[in-house]
Parts: sequence; C-alpha cells; structure tokens
Amino acid sequence: MLQKMPKKLIDENGIRVDGRRLDELRPVKIEVGVLENADGSAYIEQGKGKILAAVYGPKEVHPKHLALPDRALLRCRYHMAPFSVEQRKSPAPSRREMELSKVVREALEPSIFVEYYPRTSIDLFIEVLQADGGTRCAGIIVASLALADAGIPMRDLVTACAAGKVEGRLVLDLTDIEDKGGEADVPLALLPNLNAVTLLQMDGMLTIDEFEHVVNLAFDGCKRLYQLQKEALKAKYVVAKEVVEE
Amino acid sequence: MTSSVIVARVKQRQIAQLVSSGKRLDGRGLTDYREVQLEVGPIEHAEGSSRVRLGKTEVMVGIKIEVGEPFPDVPNEGVLTVNAELVPLASPTFEPGPPDENSIELARIVDRGIRESKAIALEKLCIEPGKKVFIIFVDVYVLNHDGNLIDASAIASLAALLNTKMFNYEVKEGEVKIKPGYTPLPIRNYPIAITFAKINDKLIADPWLEEEQVMDARLTITFERDGKICAVQKGGYGYFTRQQILEAAKIAREKAEELRKLVVKD
Repeated sequence: MLQKMPKKLIDENGIRVDGRRLDELRPVKIEVGVLENADGSAYIEQGKGKILAAVYGPKEVHPKHLALPDRALLRCRYHMAPFSVEQRKSPAPSRREMELSKVVREALEPSIFVEYYPRTSIDLFIEVLQADGGTRCAGIIVASLALADAGIPMRDLVTACAAGKVEGRLVLDLTDIEDKGGEADVPLALLPNLNAVTLLQMDGMLTIDEFEHVVNLAFDGCKRLYQLQKEALKAKYVVAKEVVEE
Repeated sequence: MTSSVIVARVKQRQIAQLVSSGKRLDGRGLTDYREVQLEVGPIEHAEGSSRVRLGKTEVMVGIKIEVGEPFPDVPNEGVLTVNAELVPLASPTFEPGPPDENSIELARIVDRGIRESKAIALEKLCIEPGKKVFIIFVDVYVLNHDGNLIDASAIASLAALLNTKMFNYEVKEGEVKIKPGYTPLPIRNYPIAITFAKINDKLIADPWLEEEQVMDARLTITFERDGKICAVQKGGYGYFTRQQILEAAKIAREKAEELRKLVVKD
C-alpha cells in the first residue's frame, strides 16, 4: 500500500496529482448521527480520509475532582487507528496525538456554551480511520457536528481547512503527499459567523505575504466547507421529519 | 487548564483594564519584551548548554549527542529530538510524572521552529547511511515559570545549539571511535519564537504568568533569519481575528530581529 512520491506534485497547467486545481477542495461526504450509543456523532470522507467523531455528555465527571464549578469540562481525544496510515501506528497515544487533542479541544471550546453545564463533562472522541492529510481539520469538522447532533448549545459550528505551499504554488486542502513533499502547511479553524480563528498552526517556510495569502485561501476553504456542514446537519433532520410524518 | 495559578479577580480586572488603555501592570508597553539574560555553557557534561532568564522566567537547555539509527525515510540525516520538562521545582502547578500535554506542546513548538527553519544541517550528521547517524537531544528544562515559556525555551535552545561542540570521531570496523578535539555543531539558521497574548481584544507581547491567566488566547509565530515564518501555533480557549493574526506577524518579525541579535553574535 506504499504511496510513491510523484516527480511533480503540480503539472504545468496548475493541476495537482489528484486532478484538482490549486484552490479546489477534495470531494467531501459528511453524515451526521452515525453511531447508536453516542449522544452525538458524525462521519466525514474527504478525499481518501475517513474520520469519525462521537460526543458523550454533558454527563457526570469522572474522576470527580476534575469537575469545574462554573462550566463544563471539555475533554477531547484525537486518535489514529493503527491501520489508518501506511506503516502501522502503535495504538498508544503519540506526542503528536497528545498535541492535536489539545489544539482541537481549544479550537472547539470557544464555540460551546460550556457555562450552561457546570460540574459536568463533555467527552469528545475523534477516530481517524484512514488518514490522508488534513486530519485535524476534518476531525474538527465532524467533532463540531457531533456536538451539534448531541444538542449542545453552540455559538456557531466550527469549520476547518488547511492551505499551504507546494512546489512554489499556494494551494488549498493539502493531501498527505502534498504535505510531505510541499514547503508549508497551515491548518486553520474558524467560527465563520464570528470571524474567529480558533486553531492556527503552521510548519514549513513562508514569507509574510505568502502567509497572508495562505490564511485567506484557508478562509475561503472554510466557508465552502461550512455550507456542506450545515447541509449535512439539516439532512439528518429532514430524514427524521419524513419518518415522523409517515 | 488544570494546572493554573490563581490570580485574584481584582487583579485580573486590573490587568485587563490596564491593557485596554495601552498599559501593563509591570510598566511595559504592549509590545515590549522583558529583559533577556543569557548564559551559555553552564553545564560542562553537556555537549552544549544555556540558561536563559526572561524576566523571572528561567529555562535551561542541555544538548546531548548520541549515535543511533536514522529514520527509514531519511537514511542520510541525523535525528533531532526535542523534549521539555516542566520541572516541579519551577512552579507550584507543575507535578512530577510523565510529560503532560503542556510540556509536549512546548517541546513540539520549539522543535518545529528548529526543524522547519532547517537550523541544524542534519545531512552533515550522517555516519553510515541507513545505519548510524548522530542524534541531537535538545532537553528543555524549565526552572522557574513566570510566563512565556515558549519564547524563553526557543531562545535557550538556539543558544545551546550554537554553543554545542561535537566530539571528533572516526569509524573503525563499523565502530565509532572518539578522537581528541571538537568541532561546532553545523548550524545555519536562527529561529526565534515570538508569543502574543490577547487580552481585551488587544495583543501584548511576551506575557508574564498573571497575564497568561487573564488572556483569552495565545499566538506564537517563529521567524527564521531571513524574515520568513517557519512555525505558528495558536493556543488557549479564545480566538483571533484574521486582522489580529496579520498584525501579530508584522510585529513579531521586528521583535524576532531584535532578539536574534542577543543570541547570535557574529
């Protein structure tokens, strides 16, 4: 299952390895309410990426001493399945997963009215079943939908998208090989209605001007994904409404 | 955050109100840095070391070099490993035990700055392709926590790397033998991290501990020697607007230039 690094990631017509233009998103399929046991859940397929998220809560906090007197405790686990990448990944949480769990939690918490549920916990689980670049962003998208599906009051849905630089060109929504072979990757999470950036990371090298362009590109990607997120959320309730009416 | 120092509400309000009027409790301007004191080579047993004081924040970095195996995808390159310890003696909120998410995040931000700016010429640290390379361990040791551990750790790491001497060696029958004498570690870039806190919708540079308790969010931008951005990390439960991010990048670039002069002496 080894992917080979192609000689060129972008051809002379500005078309990428997977046939996309520079500012084109990967095909996305989102489904809300996919797990029976969870209070809320969602699933995304983004290119080859497949990511599942579930929410349990608000519920009693265990262990109890972690409970916060004035708000809910949001806990988040970003985790990759051992078979999600080419070389088997140990199921024990890696340093990367620990960091991502933290930044994903910080990306989502500003969207939730945590003050409505003091002394409770909201537990969020993101499982990457197959990774193909941009998994933290896809994880945020489904996690936010799972929170909405669980009926937790929110200021806005959180959406996320990466942009970066590959072979000297600024591109949207990098795949794994574009990330590895490229010069920079900037994941960004956004609450679109508040113009609030809640996750921003970068590795690679960019001038300040390039950085500004890449941030703008990621904003555009976020806004398009936001529409798809809203449609997916509505789709679940349209189906529910039809069932009720029958 | 589970490990936070409690700041009285009165003081929290005071800090926030002062920031709104362009001032800070310790008398600094919004984008002023605390004084940086730098000592290089305090640890003789380490191949490189430094001790940095950023105001009352104090960080020590030791560099150790060992021989080990390269990563399979880059068989011709040495390995860089950054680890950070929030040592319990540095703050009442630090606890002994395996690294928590705060220390992992700290280490990974410092790592990203060094790695992405290609500060260490890792391709020169190969002994035998695919089999033996030098592993550079950068161990960040926080000795006193008074805010902005990221910038202090990044400065200390760079200073320690610049101070690092590698033992001379020769390969005999597949074994690495140490020869007398030292050569400096090949360093070709100087990443400097600049951290901002957002308080009352205003950006302040180099937050100290109590400002960190009041801040909505944190943004770190790392610049390399030619003024390019090589790492970014947002932290904390608040948010930044696009305008604030771009404003922070512009200020950080100037600050990074200033700080680099303190660490890198031509």
